Amino acid sequence: MRRVLAGAMLWLSLALIGGGSDFVLPAGAQADVPVVPLEVMEIAPGIFVHQGSYALFAPSNRGDIANLSFVVGGDAVAVIDTGGSAAVGRALRAAVRTVTDKPIRYVINSHMHPDHLFGNAAFADDRPEFMGHHKLAQALAVRADRYLAANAELLGSEAFAGTRLIAPTRAVHDRVVADLGERELVLEAQPTAHTDNDLTVYDPATGTLFLGDLLFMRHVPALDGSIRGWLALIDRLERIDAKRVVPGHGPPVAAWPEPLQPQKRYLGTIAAEVRRMIREGRSIEQAAASVGLSEKDAWLLFDAFNARNATAAFAELEWE
Amino acid sequence: MSERLSRRSLIGFVGAVVGGLTVTPAISEDDPWPGLHQDVFRNRPIAEEDGLVTLEAPIRAEDAALVPLTVRVSAGEGARPQALTLLIDRNPAPVVATFSFGEGVGEIVLATRVRVDAYSNVRAVVETQAGSLHMATKYVKASGGCSAPALKDSELADAELGKMRLRQFPAAPAATSREAQLMIRHPNHSGLQMNQLTGYYIPAKFITDLEVRRGAALVFRMEGGISLSADPNIRFSFRPANADDVLTAVAKDTDGRVLRGSWPVKTGNDS
Repeated sequence: MRRVLAGAMLWLSLALIGGGSDFVLPAGAQADVPVVPLEVMEIAPGIFVHQGSYALFAPSNRGDIANLSFVVGGDAVAVIDTGGSAAVGRALRAAVRTVTDKPIRYVINSHMHPDHLFGNAAFADDRPEFMGHHKLAQALAVRADRYLAANAELLGSEAFAGTRLIAPTRAVHDRVVADLGERELVLEAQPTAHTDNDLTVYDPATGTLFLGDLLFMRHVPALDGSIRGWLALIDRLERIDAKRVVPGHGPPVAAWPEPLQPQKRYLGTIAAEVRRMIREGRSIEQAAASVGLSEKDAWLLFDAFNARNATAAFAELEWE
Repeated sequence: MSERLSRRSLIGFVGAVVGGLTVTPAISEDDPWPGLHQDVFRNRPIAEEDGLVTLEAPIRAEDAALVPLTVRVSAGEGARPQALTLLIDRNPAPVVATFSFGEGVGEIVLATRVRVDAYSNVRAVVETQAGSLHMATKYVKASGGCSAPALKDSELADAELGKMRLRQFPAAPAATSREAQLMIRHPNHSGLQMNQLTGYYIPAKFITDLEVRRGAALVFRMEGGISLSADPNIRFSFRPANADDVLTAVAKDTDGRVLRGSWPVKTGNDS
């Protein structure tokens, strides 16, 4: 059961409160509890990254299973992804406060999966702009109920406490520049790849690219969008002139563009093997059992995601 | 007639969300089967696991909204299958679909993908022309399938709605049956998925009827409901007759949409 749910999603659910920009501020009681700040590494001047565990959601990790970042500008701070629970979000916020007192002006979510945005509630008091892909709000809206049930179960009530959905307040349709004072971040909405609501962030001052789950390192990629779209996007991302990259899962920073290769190989293998099985008239369940096995030793959490990736790829590619 | 209406209501059940989001296995709750046996089959005797019908299903589904099932019915003399009912005990709409077969059907192989809302028995019940009932059952571990979002790319789904495709598979040597796979682009919205932005459930919109013919001969007719996965996908067997056979499909949905397709039966090994 746990494997199905965790395998079904890295991503848990939250209680959604109302719609649009109406949200209820978190109970003040939470603010008084001493919070241990997340450990962060300064990977470039003014850029701090916390590395999440290579794990599925569990009470012991409170949903701290994705990479979370913040960027400090002249006047203000932008947070990029907030973790898998309000508790992790609070710990991230505490990490920001160990570095700077500047106001948190933007909370940017790379995509809909709960390990990247369930910490948003911890930042509500800062009244930032919550930025996301223009499809993020709707994507969350239709998944909120399902995510809620699974999240509470997987994390346990203590780790889950205070976790709520904060819907994006600013939708990125194409490209938006976030001004931090003497520093700008470039946000770009991407076509369907890992999900149908992937958003990338680029810091021109340091040449640092934040790809969210468009880049998995060590942790097997998880497909919840379009395998063709993702492979096509990888080819375009490769041409971006950046100095370093922050992946959604993996080490806090990596060179660029080398880390794309293992992911490209994995997704390419899935696509090629699924296409062959479709040509041979095989079934979706046969594909789930046999596709991608050559990649098994190259990735962590392989068994939790590979068969599901094959299932999703099959349902997509049989329409080619 | 009343039995048929009863099945339709069990197929077409939409409305308030039943507590189908539980993620723990339903261990000690009431067994839904006796009620279904009564409502759907009027408590008629059903032979179980006697080999006439077999059901393949995963023990643990990779995606609760896309659970593959394969049903095979052995074509014995005096036991020609007339109808097949698929059920998922703990789904809000437990009758997934009913199929009736015509002369165009061959050895029956029928595969499709379903939504499983809670850990549940999944059943395939065949009625023979002689009127006997036979059942195969599998327990599937999955949950939340009925309220999961239909498709991964919301814009693509809208653009593609209503497209149909037929894949054909080469015949096995000396086989009298061939297989084909009908694919329909359709979200098959269950009506049980809440849109939290609007506060409303996404309205039910699903395929209700499907008829596949080989020329004039019926291959199968299906009444379906919300337990079929988005992009309904049915792999089926048929008996080719003539060199210029044409397979046709007509599908209807709850919006009154009528979808039609026709495809010449391919000879040789092309698919």
